[in-house]
Amino acid sequence: MAAGVATWLPFARAAAVGWLPLAKKSMPKPPVDKKSRNDEILFVNVSGLRFQTWKNTLDRYPDTLLGSSEKEFFFNEDTQEYFFDRDPEMFRHILNFYRTGKLHYPRQECIQAFDEELAFYGIVPDIIGDCCMEEYRDRKKENQERLAEDTEAEMATDAPLPPHSTRRERLWRAFENPHTSTMALVFYYVTGFFIAVSVIANVVETVPCRPLKGSKKELPCGEKYSLAFFCMDTACVLIFTFEYLMRLFAAPSRCKFMRSVMSVIDVVAIMPYYIGLVMPENEDVSGAFVTLRVFRVFRIFKFSRHSQGLRILGYTLKSCASELGFLLFSLTMAIIIFATVMFYAEKGTKGTNFSSIPASFWYTIVTMTTLGYGDMVPTTIAGKIFGSICSLSGVLVIALPVPVIVSNFSRIYHQNQRADKMRAQQKVRLARIRLAKKGTTNAFLQYKEDGGFQDRDSNGTLCLKNRSSFEHQHHHLLHCLEKTTNHDFTDELTYSEMCMTESVGYRTSRSTSISSQQGMTTSCCPRRSKRRAIRLANSTVSVSRGSVQELDTLHVQKHSPEPQSRSSLNARTEDLKLNCDDRDFTAAIISIPTPPANTPDESLPPSPAIPGILRNSRATAYTHETVKISSL
Amino acid sequence: MAIQGMELFAVAVVMLLFFIMLKQFGIWEPLGLDESFDCDLELSMVRHQPEGLDQLQAQTKFTRKELQSLYRGFKNECPSGLVDEETFKSIYSQFFPQGDATTYAHFLFNAFDMDRNGSINFEDFVIGLSVLLRGSVTEKLRWAFNLYDINKDGYITREEMLAIIKSIYDMMGSYTYPSVREYAAFEHVEIFFQKMDRNRDGLVTIDEFIETCQRDENIMSSMQLFENVI
Repeated sequence: MAAGVATWLPFARAAAVGWLPLAKKSMPKPPVDKKSRNDEILFVNVSGLRFQTWKNTLDRYPDTLLGSSEKEFFFNEDTQEYFFDRDPEMFRHILNFYRTGKLHYPRQECIQAFDEELAFYGIVPDIIGDCCMEEYRDRKKENQERLAEDTEAEMATDAPLPPHSTRRERLWRAFENPHTSTMALVFYYVTGFFIAVSVIANVVETVPCRPLKGSKKELPCGEKYSLAFFCMDTACVLIFTFEYLMRLFAAPSRCKFMRSVMSVIDVVAIMPYYIGLVMPENEDVSGAFVTLRVFRVFRIFKFSRHSQGLRILGYTLKSCASELGFLLFSLTMAIIIFATVMFYAEKGTKGTNFSSIPASFWYTIVTMTTLGYGDMVPTTIAGKIFGSICSLSGVLVIALPVPVIVSNFSRIYHQNQRADKMRAQQKVRLARIRLAKKGTTNAFLQYKEDGGFQDRDSNGTLCLKNRSSFEHQHHHLLHCLEKTTNHDFTDELTYSEMCMTESVGYRTSRSTSISSQQGMTTSCCPRRSKRRAIRLANSTVSVSRGSVQELDTLHVQKHSPEPQSRSSLNARTEDLKLNCDDRDFTAAIISIPTPPANTPDESLPPSPAIPGILRNSRATAYTHETVKISSL
Repeated sequence: MAIQGMELFAVAVVMLLFFIMLKQFGIWEPLGLDESFDCDLELSMVRHQPEGLDQLQAQTKFTRKELQSLYRGFKNECPSGLVDEETFKSIYSQFFPQGDATTYAHFLFNAFDMDRNGSINFEDFVIGLSVLLRGSVTEKLRWAFNLYDINKDGYITREEMLAIIKSIYDMMGSYTYPSVREYAAFEHVEIFFQKMDRNRDGLVTIDEFIETCQRDENIMSSMQLFENVI
């Protein structure tokens, strides 16, 4: 109920006294109002900005946060006020809503921030007043489009391949995003080249060439060099057919693919050739065949796969369909009106061009679009007057929808630009996130190596001081996980090296399943882009590294401290080199909107002083999962 | 040369365009009624300030705090300080969404608008409320009589009562159980007059009314119902 109604309710109830003498039955008991009716002033402190309002004001909307008992959760006993740790500027608008009953949208605020505040205070955005509703809706739509684009962009090109994609999926990806592989890029350029060749051949075919020897008549080049053109055409069509069939094979949903615009264009582009092959050299039918050759020009639309600008244009036209429709409709109306008028105006004249109303259509169109060929001109005065009105109004009718179309195009074009910028930004952000994640892992591993697990003695306390309590707790958590799963964390480089040494170390280790070593290697360290963890989880080999010396060979290139075996970690503190002076890992929490990039980049720099703790690290998977929560 | 049909039409069009152009330049104004819209502006500019708090406190039985609270709500809803009949009707109708409360609201408006100037100001509002909520039983009955007496001549006639009761039934709307029948209002008026009209002269005076009500237990006990609305 609106605020106003709540205010008038006591009055309406009081006026019910007027019914009492007329009542047929006795009146029911009134509801008992337990709380005191005295109005009081409430203090609301929003991030330091103090607001005061009557309790009644807030009670007007009992299904919101401030109007219900939910606000008691925020009551601060010491200062006797309600404290909210939110944006004070936004709160002003929220409070105004209670006061006036109308919610206004502040134009300078971000739409998402505003929505979040509304959601927090339990206010439904639909009650925004009419004055601000349009602006709110527009901004919201824009924001949603932007979000939709971003999610699309993420799922598109640069997302890495899922691990077990079939050849078909890879082929499809290669077609849709040529940048992913070199082969796809080559194919892309080749098809583009052939499209161009085909279109140029079509054009040149009709140019008149010098006549054959012994003949005076000029021939179009197509007939003079008919064999050459035929061969070129065949080659192009073969390529296009091949491409189409490959796309058809690779498409995830063949029906959907066949119905898409590009596929239709492809088919239309190559059909005339095949029909021409099939059709006999019949005079009557070849007329129709010639018409079909016109469709070869559709090959030029195949360029839209190669050109983003063309796609934008097409998309613009599609989105401006209503404006274009309006333009068409108004033009048609005007044409009919003016054609009729001109016809009747010019009817009396002898030998006039305006022989019928449809004949006048041509004059009207040419005049309204300000072409003015001059093949039909009015001669009577009335005709000239109406003709001038026609040309003036033509300019107006055409000029009106054009700005709308232009603004649409500009908006879509800028959106596209923005999408490219977002992608670039995303790459940078992901790289930063990866780096941060590595930093956290390294911090944890360093922590372990520094002997954070055992009781601190004088050696250990020195450099463990600069960890925040957050880091302590986080590391404790990771440690708990390790204990739970009986596996340990390690990092990329160490892990890959461990893979290599396993094939070496097996020969001397106490492992029982040496025979599976070969398979282990291949499954242990496959190509880097695949997720090893999944396969490794299935392997049953467990290696215990008792001896230190075989691992020494591994660490020739590193200057890290001596590796520890798991069993011996708790015993030997003195062997640890406390090189914590040059490290400064900070861990912070960000919320990662995108799924973390699980594949390590080949280009990752080797982290300094990797702690050389080798474990049975099937735990790469765990690393990736748990590191999710913290990064720079 | 005689002017043919289309030429005539063309000339007419040219003259029309000429007049339009003149109007654009402001040279020739057709007899316009463009001063009508100014009148409505004045009414919305009217403001009313109530009498002082002390005077209102003297005139009504509300405490200072109650008056302050009431005024705050009133001023919030009607910044100009006046409620006209249309606004009043729309406000009152919000409480009875099923039926048509406009007729009864009209009678109510007249009951509150004591100085009959077509709008309720805060004094009317609060004095009326004071009678209804804090007044004695006699005062309340007097107020009710005033409500029923549409032409304020001191007598309730059958027609007036019928109008009042019909308007109350109108508020019920059409979806009632049992459904309101045609002669329900008539019946109700008859019952009322049977009870109230002592001397069977077809008119109910204020004394008859008060006397009869004071003898009726139900009415007397129900008068206390709305004491604690504010």
